[in-house]
Amino acid sequence: MTAAPHQVESAAGEQGILAVAREQVLERGVGLSREQVLEVLRLPSGQLQDLLALAHEVRMRWCGPEVEVEGIVSVKTGGCPEDCHFCSQSGLFPTPVRAAWLDIPGLVKAARETAETGATEFCIVAAVRGPDTRLMSQVRDGIKAIREDGNDIEIACSLGMLTQEQVDELVAMGVHRYNHNLETARSNFPNVVTTHSWEERWDTLQMVKDAGMEVCCGGIVGMGETDEQRAEFAVQLAELEPHEVPMNFLIPQQGTPYEHLETIEGPDALRIVAAFRLAMPRTMLRFAGGRELTLGDLGAEQGMLGGINAIIVGNYLTNLGRPAQADLDMLNDLTMPIKALSDTI
Amino acid sequence: MTVMYCVHCGKGVADADHSRCAAPQSTLEPPRYCAQCARRMIVQVTPSGWTARCSRHGETTSRDDPAAAR
Ligand code: SF4
Ligand SMILES: [Zn+2]
Ligand SMILES: [Zn+2]
Repeated sequence: MTAAPHQVESAAGEQGILAVAREQVLERGVGLSREQVLEVLRLPSGQLQDLLALAHEVRMRWCGPEVEVEGIVSVKTGGCPEDCHFCSQSGLFPTPVRAAWLDIPGLVKAARETAETGATEFCIVAAVRGPDTRLMSQVRDGIKAIREDGNDIEIACSLGMLTQEQVDELVAMGVHRYNHNLETARSNFPNVVTTHSWEERWDTLQMVKDAGMEVCCGGIVGMGETDEQRAEFAVQLAELEPHEVPMNFLIPQQGTPYEHLETIEGPDALRIVAAFRLAMPRTMLRFAGGRELTLGDLGAEQGMLGGINAIIVGNYLTNLGRPAQADLDMLNDLTMPIKALSDTI
Repeated sequence: MTVMYCVHCGKGVADADHSRCAAPQSTLEPPRYCAQCARRMIVQVTPSGWTARCSRHGETTSRDDPAAAR
């Protein structure tokens, strides 16, 4: 007979869902279900530290101590025809962001600066519904120029929704990973985006996966979603089995429909990080945008000790981050090794 | 250079409420408006900095005096 979850007690003295997670996720590597993730999200705050400690153990057991460091850059900023309500780059909202293109020398320089931080991953991003021929050729020329610069950093792209032909082209260019965020739970997506569907995004992700590229897919928390929807999102991501999940915390952007939303509280952000780790024990979980505002320096460290095993260093696409060196120092203080390029080849 | 307009909202430094522009969140924002003429600038953020260009007053970058940029 199996004990009901609240009657379980682990060797570590944990009870309830934490004891269940220890046996199921830590020992067997089986991610939590939707109901279980929801239980984690509803744990009393007195159990947050235990939750983070367990999430960290899970990360160490199933992913190891290394941290993947990445830099990102926007090659085409602003003027996007889509209406993602969190995004300052949508051309449909009165935000102060103006359209801009980064030229090839600028891209090469950004890739070089990223590699110099010790990062192994460089993601080229464009604010588009999907790439047109101009953008595809800019990316092709950019990657060629980065290689000619003697930079062997791994290159990822995030260019919106793709056709099969474009997927194949990116593979041929040597793009090893593709980022395309599902952004939020399927049930919440229509509240966040109306110009395309969650399913359209899912289709691009499947094509990317079938083509053998690594899938990077995450989202943003703090967009008015419920705990139930956070749990729903965690298991929907788990079902996709992405190589990487970037976690963003909403920074309310001037001129967007979400301009006046409150940022989520640090403890809630940490709880979500840990819950996602317990839903996806083997996935690379990356700190992306918004952690500076939501968590600050101390919270970022707690996140690194609560399930996170990858970070974006330096600035983001339109927002600034803290200097890359501050994060590298943090990893050094935490004695977490930075994943080396040789490991990935 | 005289800072006449707020680089975050483009309103006059002396004649508008800039409490939101002074919030912690603004430290994560590059300048968006020219401090001299309030034109919306073309801003490029890169991993290690930013460049902001006013069609009339030229370019400022993160390497410039932060006080002038903000
Ligand atoms: S598709 Fe991307 S760039 Fe365009 S509005 Fe949505 S999030 Fe912003
Ligand atoms: Zn202002
Ligand atoms: Zn100007």
